[in-house]
Formats: sequence, C-alpha cells, structure tokens
Amino acid sequence: MRRTLSLVALAAVPVAVLAVFFVLPVTGMLGRGFWSDGHLAPGAVLDVLARARVRRVVWFTVWTSSAATALAVVLGLPAAYALHRLAFRGRNLVRAALLIPFVLPTVVVGVAFRQLLRDSGPLGFLGLDGTPVAILLGLVFFNAAVIIRSVGAAWEGLDVRPAEAAAALGATPAQVFRTVTLPALRPAIVSSASVVFLFCATAFGVVLTIGGVKYASLETEIYLLTTVLYDLPGAAALSVVQLVAVIALLVVAARLRAVPDPTVQRVLPRPHRPTRTDVPQLAATALLLAFVATPVLTLVAESLRVDDRWSLEHYRALATTGTDGALVVPVTTALRNSLQSALDATWIALLLGLLVALVVTRRSRSAAERRTRAVLDGFFMLPLGVSAVTLGFGFLVTLGRQPLDLRTWPLLVPIAQALVALPLVVRTLVPVLAGIDDRQRQAAASLGAGPLRTAFTVDVPVLTRPLLAAAGFAFAVSLGEFGATSFLSRADHPTLPVVIFRLLGHPGAGNYGMALAASVLLAAVTATVMLVVERLRVPTLGGW
Amino acid sequence: MLHLDHVSVEYDGTPAVIDATLAVPDGAVVAVLGPSGSGKSTLLRAVAGLERPSAGRISWDDVDLRGVPTHKRGFALMFQDGQLFAHLTVARNVGYALRLRRSPRLRERTAELLALVGLEGYGERLPTTLSGGERQRVALARSLAADPRLLLLDEPLSALDATLRERLAADLRAILRRSGATTLLVTHDQEEAFAIADHLVVTRAGRIVQQGPIAEVWAAPVDADTALFLGYARVLDGAAARRVLEVADLDPAPEVAVRRSALTAGDPGGPGLAGTVVAARATPDQVRLVVDIDGVGEVDAVASPSSRFGHAGPGERITVTVDASRLARIAARPPLG
Repeated sequence: MRRTLSLVALAAVPVAVLAVFFVLPVTGMLGRGFWSDGHLAPGAVLDVLARARVRRVVWFTVWTSSAATALAVVLGLPAAYALHRLAFRGRNLVRAALLIPFVLPTVVVGVAFRQLLRDSGPLGFLGLDGTPVAILLGLVFFNAAVIIRSVGAAWEGLDVRPAEAAAALGATPAQVFRTVTLPALRPAIVSSASVVFLFCATAFGVVLTIGGVKYASLETEIYLLTTVLYDLPGAAALSVVQLVAVIALLVVAARLRAVPDPTVQRVLPRPHRPTRTDVPQLAATALLLAFVATPVLTLVAESLRVDDRWSLEHYRALATTGTDGALVVPVTTALRNSLQSALDATWIALLLGLLVALVVTRRSRSAAERRTRAVLDGFFMLPLGVSAVTLGFGFLVTLGRQPLDLRTWPLLVPIAQALVALPLVVRTLVPVLAGIDDRQRQAAASLGAGPLRTAFTVDVPVLTRPLLAAAGFAFAVSLGEFGATSFLSRADHPTLPVVIFRLLGHPGAGNYGMALAASVLLAAVTATVMLVVERLRVPTLGGW
Repeated sequence: MLHLDHVSVEYDGTPAVIDATLAVPDGAVVAVLGPSGSGKSTLLRAVAGLERPSAGRISWDDVDLRGVPTHKRGFALMFQDGQLFAHLTVARNVGYALRLRRSPRLRERTAELLALVGLEGYGERLPTTLSGGERQRVALARSLAADPRLLLLDEPLSALDATLRERLAADLRAILRRSGATTLLVTHDQEEAFAIADHLVVTRAGRIVQQGPIAEVWAAPVDADTALFLGYARVLDGAAARRVLEVADLDPAPEVAVRRSALTAGDPGGPGLAGTVVAARATPDQVRLVVDIDGVGEVDAVASPSSRFGHAGPGERITVTVDASRLARIAARPPLG
C-alpha cells in the first residue's frame, strides 16, 4: 500500500503537467477537427485522408524518413565503431563535433544547407537546392548522431569474448561481425533507427526551411493547413495519422530497448589503437565529419561576408531590428529571451524527467505495478513523436481562452519547450538508474539506511553527472526549439529561432545576412553547451 | 607441435607473462597450473593470437605465428564460461565452424559431436535453457567441430560446482583421448589438472617455475611454494626436515614437502614419530589431525575414523608412522631470476 502511494505521489506532478500541457492541447486540437458546429463529424476527417495531396504528403514523409534513416545507419555504424572501439588522438573532439548537429536549431541547419546548396553557393553546381535530396541530407545531418551515440554505447558495452570465441573457431573479422557482433548490436540498431525514423517523420524546421511549401511532409503540411489554409479537419486528420504511427513506433522501440543486466560480469574491451583493418571505418568517419562540418563552415564564412569582403557588419546589425523594421525587437533581445526561456525549460524538464525516471525504474513487486510503470514510461515518451506544431497550435486553441487563459503566462513557452526536451532527459537518466544493481540498495537498507539515506548513498553519486548532462541537453534543445515556440512566442517577446525565421522571410540582403549571423550565434551557444556536456562523459542518447 | 620460446606478454608495461618456454607435443594434453593472477590465462590468449607477445616466439611445427590472426591459427579456444552464442541454438553453436567452412557433413558431424559430449537431442535448444555443465559440453563440442590443430581450454570446469566438476573432468579426459586432440589447458585447480592432463606446467607471478610429466612434477616439486600449490599440506625445513626424512629412510634434504596422508596415527611407543594431538576434525573419509611432533613441530596427519584414533582428542599422546611415497624432497637450488 505504501509503495502504491509513493508511486502515485511521485508520478502525480509529471502526470498532471503532461495532462494539462500535453493531453489537453493535443486533444483540443484533434477535437477541433472532429467536431464541427457542435457535433461529431468524423466524415470530414476521413475525406481528408482520401485527398490526392494528402496521400502524396504521407508517401513523401514515409520515403524520405526511411531513406534518411537507412543513410544515417549506414553512415553512423562505422563512426560508432571508430569512436567507441578505437583509441586515437582527437577522438573526444570528433565525438563532440558529431553530436552537435543533433542539438543544432533546425532553423539554423535549414539556413546552412540552403546557403551551401543555393545556385551561388559552394555546392550550387550540384543543383540540389530545394530538392528532396537536400531535405534528405538535412535529416541525415541531424540524426547520424543518434545512431553513433546509442549504437556506439552498445558497442562499447559489448562483451568481447563471444567475438574472440568466434575468431578462435576460424571466423574471419567479417564473419565475426556478421555472425556475432551484428546480432548482438541488432536491438540497439533497430531501436535507435526507429527513433531516428520518428525524428525524421516529425521534423519540421529543416523540411520547412529547405523544402519550402513545394515538398511537404506530414508535419509541414499540418503547419500549412492550420496557419495558412485554416483547414482544421485536415490538420486534425493528419495529426491523428501521425499520432498513431508514432505510438506504433514507440511500442516497437520500447520492445527492443533492452537494459543490460547489471549483475552480469562482462569483459569490456579496452579501445585499441587503429590498425590497417580499421582504415575503412576511419575513412567513413572522416567523410561523415566533413559532411557535418561543410554546411556549418559555409554558414560561418557566409555570415562574415558583406559585398564580397570580410566584415562583421552582420553581427553589428544584431543590435538593431533589421532593415525596413523586419523585427519588433533587436536580435540581442531575442537571444536574451531565448536564454531565459531555455533556462526555465531546463529546470522544468529536469524536475519532471527525474520524477519520471524514478517512477519507471523502481523495481515492481507485482505484474499490475509493472504494467502501470510501463504505461507511464510510454506516456512520457509521447511528446517525442507528437508533432510540435500540433502541440503548439493545441496550446493556442485550448490554453489561450477562458477558463484557462495562459497566453501571457511567462512559463508557457518554457513548458512547451520542456515537454519537447522531456523524453531526452528521461532517456538519459533511465539507463543510469536502471543500471544500478538493486542489491546495492538492499545492502544499504539492510545496514540500516532509510529510503532517503539509501538514495543518497547509492543513487545520487551515480546520478550527478547524468543530471548535469541531461540539463545541458535540455537547455540546448529548448534553445533551438522552433515548432511549438513559433506558435506560442508573442510578437514582442520572440526567441532567437523565431527571429531567424522572420528575418529569412523578409526581403533584403541585410536581413538575410543578419539571419546568418544570428544562426551562427545560436549555433555557437548550443555547441558550447554540448561541448560541456561531452566533457561530462555521460552516455547521452545511449538509452533508446 | 606448439613451441613457446622465451615469450613475454605485457599489459600497458606491466608484465603478465615473463620469459615462458614450453612445448606441447602432438596428441599431448598439457595443463598450465597456477594461482589466479599468475599470467596463465594471458599465456593462453597469446597462443590463441588474442594478445601480442612483447618478446619471444610462438610457433607451430617451426612456423612462426607472429602476425597470424586468431582465425587463421586453427586453434580453438574454449572459454571459462563457454561463451556460447546466445542467439543461436545448440546445433548452430556446435555447427558454427562447420558452417564457416561450408562443410558438406554439417548435419552428421554436429550430431556426432553432440553424441560425443553426451548431449544427443539437445540440438534445437537455446543455450540459456541449459545447465552450466551442459553449456560447457556444448562449448567443447563447438571447439572440437573446428577440427583444431590445438585445443585451448581456459579453466574449462571452474565455473561449475564441485560434484559436477569431478564428473565432467573424467568425461573431458575421455573425450580428449578419444578425439586425439592436442590440448593446452590452464587452470588454478590442481585436481582438475591431475584429472585431465598428462603434462604439467606450473606458473607463479608470470613465470614458469616447473614443468614435466605430471607424476614427476607431483613427486618432486621444485620449491616450497610449488609444493604447497600442488596440494602438499606442509613444507618442513631444517631439523624438522632431517628428522622426518630420517624416519622415512630417505636421504637428507634442506626441505621436505609432506602430504597430509604421509603421516598416519598409531599407538604411542610404536615405530615412528611421537607427538601430542593439538586438534582433530572429522571428515567423511578420514579424521584430520594436527599433531605437535617432538623436535619437529606441528604437522598434519590422518587417522582412520574406524580406528581408535578416530576419536583422538587434544592432548592425547600418539605416534605417527611416515609413508615415504607421500613425501617430496625439495633439493636446494639457486633462487629464480
């Protein structure tokens, strides 16, 4: 009984927050589509699904996401090996560099890719500007890091002896990989690939900035339908499609997510110096690094160019509101807003994430308890896959009116951002907590330590660094969050990504240059945060 | 035939194996016996090609194996805990090496090997459903399927409980003899070594301290530590050693290693060494005594539970007889190194 009570008490706050700020907006948004003129009209929604354009959009989303996922896996696997099984100079720097894209603001990445691929850009001769291939590359740019991280962590923790046993039975390195290593890595690969697919299928900023309205994914189509065409049944229909697909994927990912048994003694390999056989993997890693660095470097270089000479003019302009009054507040003010709201989002996400992680990792005593925890676990993962646009618009339609008018509440934007970052925080903390051998806690308890004392002895020491890492993660993600924020930030109180998007939409070379400079600024802040996180050496993103 | 010539292996500058020289003749079963941390597993891994020696030469039939990767050596290594591939069935585990070679006799050979290790009909089971002993048998069958030039066994039985270990040791010996496999095995358990091997190599702190046919090593341990490790109960020196050897009618030596069963309790005043019982402990087979022998000091002795010394208590005077075949003289020799 006491266990149930403590479970309920721990879960109460996150569940309440998620109910008000996630379930309510999302259902509100969906309801708007299904109810018209006060009565249930699902027919309109079903009609939407029969539209040729919708079929095209769904097909586009599926194939780009699949192709991007496959490409991310193919590029990520050699890098995961090189960065987690080999020891060479600069390894940690490369690791950090390849992680940064994952938290770069989507708008920044969109700008960088356009800059690189536009007709007068360095790779303009490829003619890829605004094509599906460009969108694909943008998606891979973001998500290769997820594969590298989670497969790399699994690879690092892989017992070497089965591979040695196979080699001793006469298997060549390639045969060892195919028959022993790959099967052992398969759960990590499949589950991280399913998460990558999820990220690709719900990507918003990249698709919108690179693809414009010509190539729409589900997510940008929802945006288009709600904000431009005001076709709410259409948007609701697409949101439902997305939600169902996302839940299905999350279930698959959860099934495959195996936490290694902490009581098993495994012989872990020491990373070894690269040998001749490692050359292909190292070359592939270098290629990936070049692929990641090129758009970023182009962006930086271009932000420093004014009329074909080097200048800091674009950066100086950040203190202004742009040419022709493109903005309401100067970019520097937007940066301050961004930092403030990311800070708030971080503590909210940490608080909720820690509670959730505690709830889902406590040992269950009964099947019912275990089921409850599993359902809660899945529930808190939902924000991962629900369209940020749906969420943002849902906020607007449900929380922006009586009885719950929160439009001017300063924590509205931070809470939305915190919900987007929550799954990442949970996934960073859960493997750590689940990895603690419960017998440690039992030992502490048997020596007379109460629950609090036990937590301080066993859990807190292991949790400090992951918490810091999760904080960095949440901060970086909140800083770059665009989908939901674009709906919620007030015109006189915009965040940096919103300002960048506005500047891109305003004509004038000065405004475009400012957008580039602001993107570099935003990227620099997030990159710095990620480098600090990397110094903590916590296997972030490792627990999908 | 496997040869190691002055082989050393280091881990980050810390020596694990120092200057090891040994040979494994075709068809022989050689056991490397040493306490944990004596570098014996490292030695085995170096032979398998999983560690690179920092010095010396490992060769097979006079062909240097330097630079030959593990999978091309034709040596099958069986791990302490089997390391079966958990995602494959027993039959696929056993047939692993055959499949790699696309052997046409996959099915028959797998069945043969399963029969050899006494696990007919286990083919479709998964390793997780097996007991520890069954898993080791499967691992052995899997190693034999590779048709190795040399079979390497790393503590093959130490993951098992005592009764199972004893039974499987006898089986292992029989299987190795029947298959004629040249075998190098490492273990920290002298009983396991005695049960399986016919040659013994004793290691300590990374160095080989003694090697030879098992009976020879056993009868003449090179020094006191080796004697104790080989299961001798005590090593006596000085006057005590002289006295015991004298009674046993053997030549004098600086030290003598005494097995527990070398000294048997008898009536006071009879032939042998007189002393006082200090402690007695009954086991199912015999009564283990600690006796303070006059002029020698405390030694271990045994008494038959059915004799009247089966109930000998502390303080009782007895005489112990000495069985010369259960003593080992340790000759003086220059210190190692």
